[in-house]
Amino acid sequence: MTWNEIKADIKGAFDGKILKWHEHNDTRIYVDIEPADLVEFSRYIFEKLGSRFIIASAVDTPRGGIEILYHFDFFKLPQVFSLRVFLPKPKPEVESLASVIKGTEWIEREMAELFGITFSNHPNPVHLLLPDDWPEGNYPLRRDQ
Amino acid sequence: MSEIIPIGPYHPLQEEPEFFRLHVEGEKVVKLEIELGYNHRGIEKLAETKSWDQVVFLVERICGICSTSHPAASTNAMEDLGGIEAPERAQYIRTIICELERIHSHLLWLGLAGHFIGYNTVWMWVWKYREIVCDLLDKITGNRQSYAMFKVGGVRRDILEDDIPWIRASMDKLKPVLDLFKGAVMDDPVIRARTRGVGILTNEMAKQYCVVGPTARPSGVAIDVRKDDPYFAYGMVDFDIVVLEEGDVFAKAVCRILEMYESVKIIEQCIDKMKPGIIDLKIKELPAGEGIGRAEAPRGEVYHYCLSDGSNFPARYKVRAPSYTNIASNEVACVGETVADAALVLAAVDPCYCCTERLVVVDHDNRREQVLQGNTLIQLSHERTKQIRKELGV
Repeated sequence: MTWNEIKADIKGAFDGKILKWHEHNDTRIYVDIEPADLVEFSRYIFEKLGSRFIIASAVDTPRGGIEILYHFDFFKLPQVFSLRVFLPKPKPEVESLASVIKGTEWIEREMAELFGITFSNHPNPVHLLLPDDWPEGNYPLRRDQ
Repeated sequence: MSEIIPIGPYHPLQEEPEFFRLHVEGEKVVKLEIELGYNHRGIEKLAETKSWDQVVFLVERICGICSTSHPAASTNAMEDLGGIEAPERAQYIRTIICELERIHSHLLWLGLAGHFIGYNTVWMWVWKYREIVCDLLDKITGNRQSYAMFKVGGVRRDILEDDIPWIRASMDKLKPVLDLFKGAVMDDPVIRARTRGVGILTNEMAKQYCVVGPTARPSGVAIDVRKDDPYFAYGMVDFDIVVLEEGDVFAKAVCRILEMYESVKIIEQCIDKMKPGIIDLKIKELPAGEGIGRAEAPRGEVYHYCLSDGSNFPARYKVRAPSYTNIASNEVACVGETVADAALVLAAVDPCYCCTERLVVVDHDNRREQVLQGNTLIQLSHERTKQIRKELGV
């Protein structure tokens, strides 16, 4: 599939669920969606369109919540497709993607401990980088701490 | 009887702190648990306190072996943020440095793998000839490692015309050496027997675990940032990516060896095509926004994301090194192997762990703990090779 076909496919399949479609340039695409649509969206582009999960990156924004970008690419294409979800504080929570993509398991554990995000239904919700006796409620990459 | 064998957390030779807990039944590995975080340096947080120029230096300190792949991804991310395109000569120089690094990194791995399976001659020869590449890097950049060549908008040092004949001669010297190693690995019956069919990572699992680089390509996953999302001068040179189907340790070794030929090819083309010109755009500031940069490190795709609020410091900096995804795949690749082979599988991903610091055997039934030294594991591996040699009569 070419990028234009993939783009049309995604826009068609998720009509009305895309909050914002931003193309920084030809190869860097940022798409804002609701956290509730994340699993369905990811499953569609991973299983149906054969994308590859690269990594997720979280950032504590001044907008009063945590923003997660899930970065994907499509084999052989230069485009990086980043899905953005916004999780409001004080309890940022989103469904885990680990049941769809095994490769998301570690980064979700990492984001959970560094940003205090709850990934519901995560198969192994333990610390990845921080020690097991790290104090509860202390999140190193949060800006309000 | 189920036993747990913890391996790690600190491997002094390659300084890769990881901790593996092997669950074994008899000789067979039934499960692998991986623990990380023994040497988390908080570089992402630290990057938020550094100016954009300093970030490039900072990320160069992430890896001591492929030290230029992080600055490569970093400059790509910042140039994506600012919509900057570095001058053509700078792109060629960057490509040459990246490919030289790939060769020396693959040679380093090959040497350690040779040592690990008991082929110390391979180890010593490989590392002897790796010096050709290290000398080149020393001459071009001033350093054998951590070259500090990259900056946003260009490179810091030019390649002198006087050095070009020497670079060409070094490449010519390298080709027969690669032939030698190719023969030593691919034609050797013992290495074949030791690595073929061992630690298979299937195509499906490679995709599920989202592995990259020479861990993905031997499993039939044709990904290479250099081809898929050409950066630097990779879009202007001709080369192939090595994709194999088997997914075992042998395929991973063959993939790395064949890749070095492509690297030589790329370097020679860069030298031919490079024209005199400026090497740096002297960028003063970066706008607010987001940038994503990728680079194909020797171990696979390095991914950097930066968020700028328009100040001189990144508001958020995210780094994804290739081993982050590759190591996790050992959870499936090791299962079903013997302890001696599992150690080889863990090493085949190339967060080389050939130098296991210590090894604790925990017998679940008897609550018995037994601490073994790291060299015991290497010894185990050597014994396995000896046994195969005997069986093959060589």
